[in-house]
Amino acid sequence: MADAVQSPVQLPKLRRGFGRPSGWTIAAWLVAAAVATPVVTVFSHVFLPKGDIWAHLYETVLGSYVTNSMLMMVLVGIGVLIVGVPAAWMVTLCVFPGRKFFEWALLLPMAMPAYVVAYTYVGLLDYAGPVQTGLRDMLGMPDGLHWIPEVRNLPGAALMLVLVLYPYVYLLARAAFLEQSACVLEVSRTLGCSPTKGFFRVALPLARPALAAGAALAVMESLNDFGTVQYFGVDTMATGIYRVWRGMGDPEAASQLAALLLVFVFIVFGFERWSRGRKSFAHTSSRYRPLPRYHLKGGVKIGAIVGCSLPLLLGFVAPAAVLLGWALNHPEFWWRASFLFLIRNSFIMAGIAALLGVAVAVFLAYALRLHATPATNLAVRIAGMGYAIPGTVLAIGVLLPFAALDHTVDRWAKATLGVSPGLILSGTLVAVTFAYLVRFLTGSLNAVEASLGKITRSMDHAARSLGRGPGSTLWNVHLPIMRGSLLTAGILVFVDVLKELPATLVLRPFNFDTLAVVTYNLASDERLAEAAGPALAIVLVGVLPVIMLSRAIGRSRPGTGGAVEGAVP
Amino acid sequence: MSEIILGLEGVGHSYDGATEVVSSFSLGVGAGEIVCLLGPSGCGKSTVLRLAAGLEPLQKGRIKLRGEMIAEGESRMSEPPERRNVGLVFQDFALFPHLTVARNVAFGLSGLADDQRSQRALEALNQVGMASYAGAYPHALSGGQQQRVALARALAPQPSVMLLDEPFSGLDARLREQIRDDTLRVLKRSGAATLLVTHDPEEAMFMADRIYLMQAGKLIQSGPPAEVYARPNSEFAAKFFSNINELDGIVANGAVPTPLGPVPAPGQASGLRVKVLFRPESLDCAPMNGATGRVVLPATVTEVRFIGVARLIRVLAGPEDGPALDLQVRTSGGYAPEVGAKVGLSLDPAQAFVFGPA
Repeated sequence: MADAVQSPVQLPKLRRGFGRPSGWTIAAWLVAAAVATPVVTVFSHVFLPKGDIWAHLYETVLGSYVTNSMLMMVLVGIGVLIVGVPAAWMVTLCVFPGRKFFEWALLLPMAMPAYVVAYTYVGLLDYAGPVQTGLRDMLGMPDGLHWIPEVRNLPGAALMLVLVLYPYVYLLARAAFLEQSACVLEVSRTLGCSPTKGFFRVALPLARPALAAGAALAVMESLNDFGTVQYFGVDTMATGIYRVWRGMGDPEAASQLAALLLVFVFIVFGFERWSRGRKSFAHTSSRYRPLPRYHLKGGVKIGAIVGCSLPLLLGFVAPAAVLLGWALNHPEFWWRASFLFLIRNSFIMAGIAALLGVAVAVFLAYALRLHATPATNLAVRIAGMGYAIPGTVLAIGVLLPFAALDHTVDRWAKATLGVSPGLILSGTLVAVTFAYLVRFLTGSLNAVEASLGKITRSMDHAARSLGRGPGSTLWNVHLPIMRGSLLTAGILVFVDVLKELPATLVLRPFNFDTLAVVTYNLASDERLAEAAGPALAIVLVGVLPVIMLSRAIGRSRPGTGGAVEGAVP
Repeated sequence: MSEIILGLEGVGHSYDGATEVVSSFSLGVGAGEIVCLLGPSGCGKSTVLRLAAGLEPLQKGRIKLRGEMIAEGESRMSEPPERRNVGLVFQDFALFPHLTVARNVAFGLSGLADDQRSQRALEALNQVGMASYAGAYPHALSGGQQQRVALARALAPQPSVMLLDEPFSGLDARLREQIRDDTLRVLKRSGAATLLVTHDPEEAMFMADRIYLMQAGKLIQSGPPAEVYARPNSEFAAKFFSNINELDGIVANGAVPTPLGPVPAPGQASGLRVKVLFRPESLDCAPMNGATGRVVLPATVTEVRFIGVARLIRVLAGPEDGPALDLQVRTSGGYAPEVGAKVGLSLDPAQAFVFGPA
């Protein structure tokens, strides 16, 4: 303080003041730049094409990749709406037996990775599976039942994805219906709208932005899906990238394809953002009261119960039962030390990613709070876009710069030191952890930002005026207050990492197996029963955030609960 | 006045770079003095407080603490709040919800041994009469109790400057008076130079040694409460402190003739159109036959409101040579006319203000 006093008219000097680009801001930009690297890498390859790649891809596989991906998008988009919207409508605005149970249980399929559901259904419906065997015995038709539909095709893969992705629509639709609730719907009923009419004329149009956003999220996930389509032998862009990279050993072609897939993703992403932006128009009233619910009777009541049971049954109960059956019938596959080793691997990796994800999210959100400049805001928003990048694209985007960096270091070391350090980053845990960070930062960032936003500014100002710097304020005030939300954010990242398949498959260190990788590999080899142990472990952990979500839903009114906001980016 | 502790010189601030919410504002607060920044919402008074606290970087002017520069607009030098040794109290109190009352108060006491910290925290709590709540968490306290703890927390590090931003507006009316009274005493005893922001003129007059009245980012008038109240320097200043009666007139020979008698207008040119303002209590209202020696204007009572210590009486006066006047009278005596009663109005010309065209 004193030095400033003696020479009041001195040259400007940088001080650790308020409102200057501080270390926090600069570091936030650096993090955002790092997170943006994979996308930039992939796109940069579009602009340095090697003539014949596109021609070759175009002649051979590109047509079917694109067609299949687009078909997949359409089918999944329609499917999640058909399943999710009526379910959300019934549990929020109707009365029927089991409503309260369905309200949270309908989220359970979220715990299921699509590829796990896929392989349980193959096991379930195969010639030797329990369905066909049972039907043959029952009907006395030993020759087989040719009318049992084949699931290993594109519509089958879409169905698998719909079964686990409809909760996105369900969650957002439910929140939207709750928001409209008392004010608008009561009016519509006094104006003589029947329940059905009220649904189509009032509730549905008002909820449309939320429904579009939910469907867009599901579609984005379907573009990201690798395990299901690969297992079913459906060629989409995601599998194409993997195949071109692994099979043809052509990272250039792979990144070209990845860029194309990113274009699709950004279209859907933009659509989702746009839908959400329109959400704000709906709320003309902020009064919330217990909802006036329709009491369902007779056939409609049974219809509601069936309508809510089916997604739950097909998306969670049946696959979980199959997994449990396999696991219990074959304990020898998982009751052994190597399985524990596998769990340890997965948990360490997911734990590191979760810690890192939460730490970076806290850092970015707090940097933005300290200096809410447009540049910082942009940096944080870029860092929060990772969930849109499909795992295979991400893998390519991480692999190329890391490899380039490794080779540069290697060359430099050889030239100057005469030793070769080998590959330092690529093929190590660093690469795969970085990929997780990029992809799952969105969820933790949303949860942290929501939680931080609830702490009033005067808390910061009080702490600062009491002599604490920004760091000390964060440590002693914000972090303790946000504890619960940080835990939630961490669990969300943890579970997402456990389920993640394509990026792990490409980037993991040699011979470093995780639950997801082993599940996928065993299922690909048709060793379905062997895959049950690791798959079940993933599902069990995956149920954790679903429980948190449903608890948040239990006490929720619109706009509450960091968990809800975090789970749906 | 005693030594200036907090000094602002020619301070200006703009949030968007275009419109100044505070412009060339200066003020000084002495040790043990309480200065109130008063003004309507959006007048920039909170911004002045934020600048003094270091919550906004200074863009223009200088801020000094005990004569030492702590912020200078020209060189973009601005000490962060944690190095200014100021105590802040907020409208929402901003107690840390995860800490007990004692640990809230001890939060700003760094560089002390643990037992010394809790000792000092307890002393601070004692000052505000909250020592028995040391182990409680903020959510268990009432609004008034939270306010006291917030005050103790800000005072505990013995800051030389206390900054309070609408510290009583979160409290309900009855409680407010009590807390105001207590706060005033605690602040006086602490000896800190205090800057208090409020939009409530009554609160400012009660708390302040001096009032700085602001409008649209500029200082309108400053001075002790009685002076600002009794001798407003502008129409705005006059109207801000109470309801006011307003008459139009034209200056003639150093006075404005009104139906209530001539009001002196020293220094105003003859023929100038002016406004004559006077507060409801400057107007006297008596039965028609009363002889006061002043000009008496006959009027009819249209409304009587009893407000405890006084009565607000609304009258319609009909001077012979002009339109009817709708006036307000505030009486504290026992005289309580009925609606419809004929009364005589008289004005103390010394308590009327004359302002020329703006």
